[in-house]
Amino acid sequence: MISEWLRSNPNNTFDLFDRPPAVENRHPRGLQSASLWTKNSNRNPLLLLFLLGAMIFVAAMPLRATGQSVAVGSKKFTESYVLGEIVKKLLTTQGFKTTHDQGMGGTIILWQALLHGDIGCYPEYTGTIGEEILKQKNLSPEAMRAALQKQGIGMTGELGFNNTYALVMLRSKAEKLGIKTISDLKKHPELRAGPTPEFLGRQDGWTPLLAHYGITMSDVHGIEHGLGYTALKNDQIDLKECYSTDAKIAKYDLIVLDDDLHFFPQYKALFLYRLDMPAKAIATLKTLEGKIDGARMIALNALAEKEKDYAAAAATFSLDGTTANTAAKSLLSDIPRLTKQHLTLVGFSMLLAIVVGIPLGILASRPGPLGGFLLGATGVVQTIPQLALLALFIPLLGIGPNTAIVALFLYSLLPIVRNTATGLQDIPGPIRESAAALGLEPFAQLQKVFLPMASRTILAGIKTSAVINVGAATLAGLIGGGGYGEPINSGLNLNDTSMILQGAIPAALLALLVQFGFDLFDRVLIPKGLRLPPARD
Amino acid sequence: MIQLDNVSKKYGEMTALAPTNLTIESGKTTVLIGPSGCGKSTLLRLMLGLIEPTSGTIDFNGKRVTRSGLLELRRRVGYVIQDGGLFPHLTARQNVLLMAERLKQEPVKSRDRLRELCRLTRFPLEGLLRYPVELSGGQRQRVSLMRALMLVPDVLLLDEPLGALDPLVRAGLQTDLKAIFAELKQTVVLVTHDMPEAGYFGDTIVLLSEGHIVQQGSLADLRDRPAAPFVTDFLNAQRSLVQI
Repeated sequence: MISEWLRSNPNNTFDLFDRPPAVENRHPRGLQSASLWTKNSNRNPLLLLFLLGAMIFVAAMPLRATGQSVAVGSKKFTESYVLGEIVKKLLTTQGFKTTHDQGMGGTIILWQALLHGDIGCYPEYTGTIGEEILKQKNLSPEAMRAALQKQGIGMTGELGFNNTYALVMLRSKAEKLGIKTISDLKKHPELRAGPTPEFLGRQDGWTPLLAHYGITMSDVHGIEHGLGYTALKNDQIDLKECYSTDAKIAKYDLIVLDDDLHFFPQYKALFLYRLDMPAKAIATLKTLEGKIDGARMIALNALAEKEKDYAAAAATFSLDGTTANTAAKSLLSDIPRLTKQHLTLVGFSMLLAIVVGIPLGILASRPGPLGGFLLGATGVVQTIPQLALLALFIPLLGIGPNTAIVALFLYSLLPIVRNTATGLQDIPGPIRESAAALGLEPFAQLQKVFLPMASRTILAGIKTSAVINVGAATLAGLIGGGGYGEPINSGLNLNDTSMILQGAIPAALLALLVQFGFDLFDRVLIPKGLRLPPARD
Repeated sequence: MIQLDNVSKKYGEMTALAPTNLTIESGKTTVLIGPSGCGKSTLLRLMLGLIEPTSGTIDFNGKRVTRSGLLELRRRVGYVIQDGGLFPHLTARQNVLLMAERLKQEPVKSRDRLRELCRLTRFPLEGLLRYPVELSGGQRQRVSLMRALMLVPDVLLLDEPLGALDPLVRAGLQTDLKAIFAELKQTVVLVTHDMPEAGYFGDTIVLLSEGHIVQQGSLADLRDRPAAPFVTDFLNAQRSLVQI
């Protein structure tokens, strides 16, 4: 079961990102949410209606940024976290009651949260605003600002660095070969390249890049991002792509090749904010304009990864460029809080799933089209990637535990509905006939005979749901829902296995505990007569 | 007791029972017999309102059976099926008392009735706490009979109640059942496909074939004055040891 959990959980995470999290961590463009969004927009409108209908079961009041409090959002990678923490610090200093929802997700999630008022501001990149949000290429800053303004959103000036794709080599090797620009690579077709598989396949990736520069290179193998750096360091490859503010650039003494023919789009960092934010808060955001150059961002990212603490890295930042020392905090002390949050998520969503799922299962057990529809509908929910389901609800319910509970509830429905229906359908005809022949009312037949007889199957469904739920609830960490997903998420972003394990191990233990608890429950809830071995005549 | 007028049952185009007239007499045992698919079980289920007739009317104690009166009807009819139809999650006692408790019958009265039924069906008192899986096939049928008799039904409907039992157990139960029916002066409708059993129990034997009543009467009537060659064929098909 642990292995099942371990298998399902990271996979779910990977699904969303279409590549390993180590790469995702540093990627500013929120591609994951773009692909996730397209997946969803193809879905049947009936499904959306169903989801909306299901939400009636939960009343959820999203928080709104009002008065003198400001909510800062950030995307799911180190740099975004650090920028979010920096702004949080600045705003707090200015007397605002500031919260930072760390690593809420990708572009679409952040953008929706901003439009919806769940957050007041978050760091974004010019290229992403053009391509993902406004869906217009080559917009001038003025046009971009005007288009955003129509939606009630403002944009600060550039912070001073450009986080785009770049090609890197070991400094020593590049100097030896005399390579400074990408054009220089034309003279070295023998170089061994190890771009990420993702970059190899991208529209703005490897092949178009070579074509743009007229470079030919034959020794090219896709390597995962983190491993690629190791390969580069160990001289197993000569060249790979990176993000231009990657912490590893400083760490491994790499040089970024100059994009002399301007192939890569510009991803200049800035802040997006709601125009209805307090003027003083907007002014505070604007103090950051031009204050963070590439080198500084690389240093901050490196510090955050080294200290394993975004706030600590942000604390070293000041507008005048001085630095301060902070210590990394331990997440271990967080475990009681995380456990409470996780249990809340699992508990409420399971309670809802049971209360709603069993009646639905009873309906579904009856012959006729309704049963097929119910099983089909809950089955379709199950096919939606878990994070996609979370993302679907963000525009409606905002971010936080409520959304996670609704999504988890829907996700937990299928096994309960299906097992309830199956358990009831499997009751033999003669038993049904006997129950009716006794003169029991239909409801009493269900209550006194059919449900107790189906209890084993129904409980098995609830058990399956609960175990899946414990694992799936780790995704709530992505949308500010808390729980064990929080350290897992941070750990993925910081490339810190021990931090991942601080969430993953309790989650696995909890799943085991849930399984064990249900096994005990079986003894209480399944009637003894159904547990006895048959006697011999 | 039960009066069927022109009662028929069709499943789509398939006729399970052609329009049939039949009277079930009080205090007597009526046996419905015939080959598989002849409509005998259909007839029994119609009497209990488990299925609705396609045409015709059924009167129970002079009162027309309607959909709204079904629960009331079923509570005044006892029903026993081949494998007992006991609820596996309930003990023998709980199975027998289920309806009495549901109808809030006085516990003292129920307990007395239960003890009386154990005596009547020769079921050991200590077996009452067992679950159906812990009972033998014969014991299960005795419990099922107790459940059917618990509320003192006007009529007892039995659908091949002994069909799944081995011959010795079966013979023992036949003797017991006949004694019980006699002691209670019970109105009984028994479905079987076994001619000796029909002869043993039946005051009236109703022989069905392909959804029709072929002949109705005593065993002597059927044997000595067959209404059709089928009657003789059916009786002869069940050869006794003597003939072998």
